[in-house]
Formats: sequence, C-alpha cells, structure tokens
Amino acid sequence: MTKAKSGRDGFGKALLELGEKNQNVVALCADLAESVRVEAFANKYPERYFQIGISEQDMIGTASGLALSNYIPFATTYAVFAAQRANEQIRLAACYNQANVKIAVSHAGLTCGEDGATHQALEDIASMRVMPEMTVIVPADENEAYEATKASVEWIGPIYLRLGRTPVPIVTNDTSPFQIGKARTLKNGTDVSIFACGIMVERALQAREQLASEGINASVINIHTIKPLDKETIINEVQHTDCVVTAEEHSIIGGLGGAISELLAEEHPVPVHKVGTQDTFGESASPEELLEKYGLTAAKIVTACKEALGQKEQNLKRVRS
Amino acid sequence: MANTREVKEIAKRIKRDVIQLTSKNTGHPGGAIGAADIIAELYFNRLHHRPSHPDWEDRDRFVLSNGHICTALYSAMARSGYFPIEELWTFRKLNSRLQGHPSRIDLPGLETSAGPLGQGLSIANGMALAHRLRGSDAKIYCLVGDGEIQEGQVWESAMTAAHHHLDQIALIVSWNDIQIDGHVKDVMNIEPIAEKFKAFGWHTIEIDGNKVNEIKNAFDQFEQNTGAPTAIIAKTVIGKDVSFMEDEAIWHGKAPSAEEATRALEEIGTCSFGTDLITKEEY
Repeated sequence: MTKAKSGRDGFGKALLELGEKNQNVVALCADLAESVRVEAFANKYPERYFQIGISEQDMIGTASGLALSNYIPFATTYAVFAAQRANEQIRLAACYNQANVKIAVSHAGLTCGEDGATHQALEDIASMRVMPEMTVIVPADENEAYEATKASVEWIGPIYLRLGRTPVPIVTNDTSPFQIGKARTLKNGTDVSIFACGIMVERALQAREQLASEGINASVINIHTIKPLDKETIINEVQHTDCVVTAEEHSIIGGLGGAISELLAEEHPVPVHKVGTQDTFGESASPEELLEKYGLTAAKIVTACKEALGQKEQNLKRVRS
Repeated sequence: MANTREVKEIAKRIKRDVIQLTSKNTGHPGGAIGAADIIAELYFNRLHHRPSHPDWEDRDRFVLSNGHICTALYSAMARSGYFPIEELWTFRKLNSRLQGHPSRIDLPGLETSAGPLGQGLSIANGMALAHRLRGSDAKIYCLVGDGEIQEGQVWESAMTAAHHHLDQIALIVSWNDIQIDGHVKDVMNIEPIAEKFKAFGWHTIEIDGNKVNEIKNAFDQFEQNTGAPTAIIAKTVIGKDVSFMEDEAIWHGKAPSAEEATRALEEIGTCSFGTDLITKEEY
C-alpha cells in the first residue's frame, strides 16, 4: 500500500479530465472551490464553472436546472451542507425530477477532523440512501474516487459521491475495472466477511491480517456503492461465511451496516456486527485521534469479527441441540 | 398569437377548468384562478414552445414554482395541445400523470416538479445558465406565490440570478396577499416587494396581474431588459371573478362544493374559447 492522496484529490483530477473530454460537464460550488478540489476545473473551464456562494440549497436547484437542460453538473460542497442542509432540495429538484445531478461532497466523516462535530457528516449516507432515484458511492481511496467520478458521468441519474478530506493509502486494485453497483472483493476468506466502505476498507485489510495471525480467515469486500447495493456479491459471499462485519466512517444507523442488515435479514439471516459511530456526534481532534476514540479502528473490526463468529457458533449450537 | 381580448377569453376558460377540476376533487383553486391571466398569456401568446415536441431544446421555459396552483397550468397545457383535454379529469386520481403537485417525470411538458415552496427560481437559474452556455436566447419565466417568497431559498436564488446577470429570466410574483393562515402581511410581511428585488439588483415592473394588457406590456418590457433579471410584481386577486372566493384565505386550498362550483361558473361567465369539460357520466 502506497501513501497517497485523499478521495477529494481523486475527484478533482477526474473532474479536470472530464472537462476536457465532455463539453456537457459543468461544475458548481458553494464557496469551497479549493477545499473540494474543483478549483483546477474552475480555472481551466471558467465558462462551465458556476460559483453559487454560500447557498447550498440554491446550488442544488441550479444544478438540477442545468441537468434538466441536458448538462451534467457536479454540485460540490461539504457532505453536511449537501446531504443535510439541502436535503429537501435534493429530494425534489434532483431525485423526484430524476435530474442527472452529481453531488460530490468532501469532508465526510470523522476525518474531517479539527473542524469538529458540526462539520463531520456521520448521517449523510443514511439520509441519501433513503431517497428514491439516488445512487450513493463511497470511494475507498484516491484511485477509486477518480474512477467513481469518471463512471458517474456515464450513469444517468442523481449520484451522491462521498469523499474524504484526509489522505489515505491506496487500497483498491486499479486493474479490476470500477463499476457502479458492483462490489470489489479484495480478499477471499471462509470464516467471516468484512464489508467496508471508504477509509474503513484499509482498516478492514489490516484487521484481516491480525485475524489471520490468530487463525481466522476473513474476506474483505469493498462496498463502494451503498446504493444500489450489490446484492448478488454480498449474498454469494455470505453463503460461504455465514458471518458478517460491516465497517464505515458513519453512524451504525442507516448506512452501510444498515443496508447490509436490511438485505441479509430478508435474504440470508446471519450475525451482522457493525463498526461505525454509535449514534453520536463527533468532536474536534486530529483524524487519527477521532478514529481511535470513536472505535473506527482495525482493532475494533477484529473484535467485531470475533463477536460475530461467537454468535455464529452459538447459533449453530442452538440448531444442533 | 393571441391578442388581449383572446387571452382574456382563454383565461376565462382556465378559470372554468380550475373550478370544474377542483370541485370534482381536491386542490387549490384560489391562486390558480388568480394567476390564470398570466398563465394564459404565457401559453397562448408569449412562450416559444412546441406542445407536440415538449423536449425541443430551444424552447422558452415556464417554471411553476408554487406547484399547488397546477390546475391552471394543466388547463393551459391541455388547451394548448400537450395532452388530451379529457385527461384533465384524472387530476389527483390514482395512476394519473396530473399529480396533486406537478411531477415532471409523469407529464412531458412540465419543466420541473414543484410543490415544496421556494425552489423554482434556483431551477430556472440553472436552465438560464444552460441556455447561455448553449448560446440560446430562449427565455425562462418563473412564477412564484407571494407567501412563497418567505422562503430563504428565494433570496439565495435572487442573488444568484443577479450575480450571474441572468437577464433571460422573468420572475413573476403573484401577489394576492393570501397564504394558508391568512393575509400575507399578517402572517409574515413581505413588503415592500419591488424594493427588495431592486436592492438585489433586479429590474422590477409592477402591474395589475389580472389585467392582460398590463401583463403583455410587462413581458414586452422584460424582453428588452438586459444585464439583470426582471421581477414582475403582479398584484392578483385570489379567486378573481368569483365573488365569494376573492381575497378569502380559505380558498387557497379548499375545493368548491357542487353548488359553489355552479355559482362560480356563473360568475366567471360563459367562454367562447374551447368548450366546458364534460364529465364521464355526461358523455
């Protein structure tokens, strides 16, 4: 794993290239151009860049109007200001209109860091996932953010692209093509399946190594698309392990863990243990300190895997007796 | 193209449709009737549009922001050829394309879904930016209710339109001084309206929004305006020409009974444009 840049960097790089390739790609920003990495596009394609100021609700509506006129707008801001501040605008103007709007947001999750709880979106996956018509993508690293941005232009309909602020190592194998809605199995395993998204994919891989040293064979699947969920891959995978841990930089309510629990409860009931924030706001600190304090660590995934395995064992005993 | 007398007659037809549609169902007759003159002028004289080709890229666009008055829009669309007039009867019924508040995906020709207030001008701005990118001089007409401008997003989008010099946008404020809970000036005063838009960098025109010649003059003037968007503050009367509805907040969202509908149709008067809707039972 090489030290690399952040998800937002991958987005900015892809957007710049898309500007060259596709004249219908436009970008909007709500006073965060450098921070969400839209600045390079703005400088190179000023006629296709629209500064909307600090008015995210207006920006989503404006982006939708552009989309309804056959442009492909990327509306950019921080996760909280889109998914939460402009929630109803996303619902009506983007989703109910089936407008081809790409909402690319940075500073999602605890790794937003020192800015504190006000800026750390930990509920945005949940609030975007329940929207009809919406697609929700959470790239694991710079490479995947780059690929997801490129792929989003080929995808018709609104997309919520959730990006991080903090650099993370590259964990995705860029030789396997990225496809929206198609999970990436990074490591196979037989005892427990770890489904992770975003920065937690790296931590899931670390947890797998720790588990291996203790004789536990875990698989790691990168669920970069939370919606539509890759049901086929997930169910096939769980049929081998009958035991699941989810890991996300988001509340355990309504996000990746919620989506997988909903699926498996109906299709293949097995223990599902969720690693994420525990129905709480974050606070100010360095990203690493926050991930440690709120339990978004490889160690926590290891513990969750053992708990899930214990539950699987208990269930089996109950069946036998 | 329709002259003043013809537009007045079409507006009468829209009002009659609104009464008939809402009395058979539910809906919001008052504001729809008050805005009928404006919508008649737009659909039958002003807009460059092709009802048989609603996706024509270079069309002028009408963005209804206060979606609850959609019966007037549905009437204008049906009467101008977007869909069969009989389909109006499906309004608010299961599986209808004519939803209680407009649904763009369901009904071709609708520029946007609407209902939750305050969003239309933002969407219109995006359409105007698209026209500019494409090198089109097509116009965007956006209608908002007066109570609606209590929504903060209206002022965000007012800033955006002025900042980006979107002079192809006309925002029409239907100022009937009525919202659900009473007179707008009592619920949450929005006045002075024109001064607010002026301060936001807009051209402003103040008219009687129930006088077709004034509406025509305002749109003529808008078409000459450059450098900034135009706000047309149109004083309208809720339930215009129906004496028991005029200036009464209850008629924002109440459907007339059969007796009230009969009386309303009598007061609006007979119309030489088109024919009355005939219910299925009457076929």
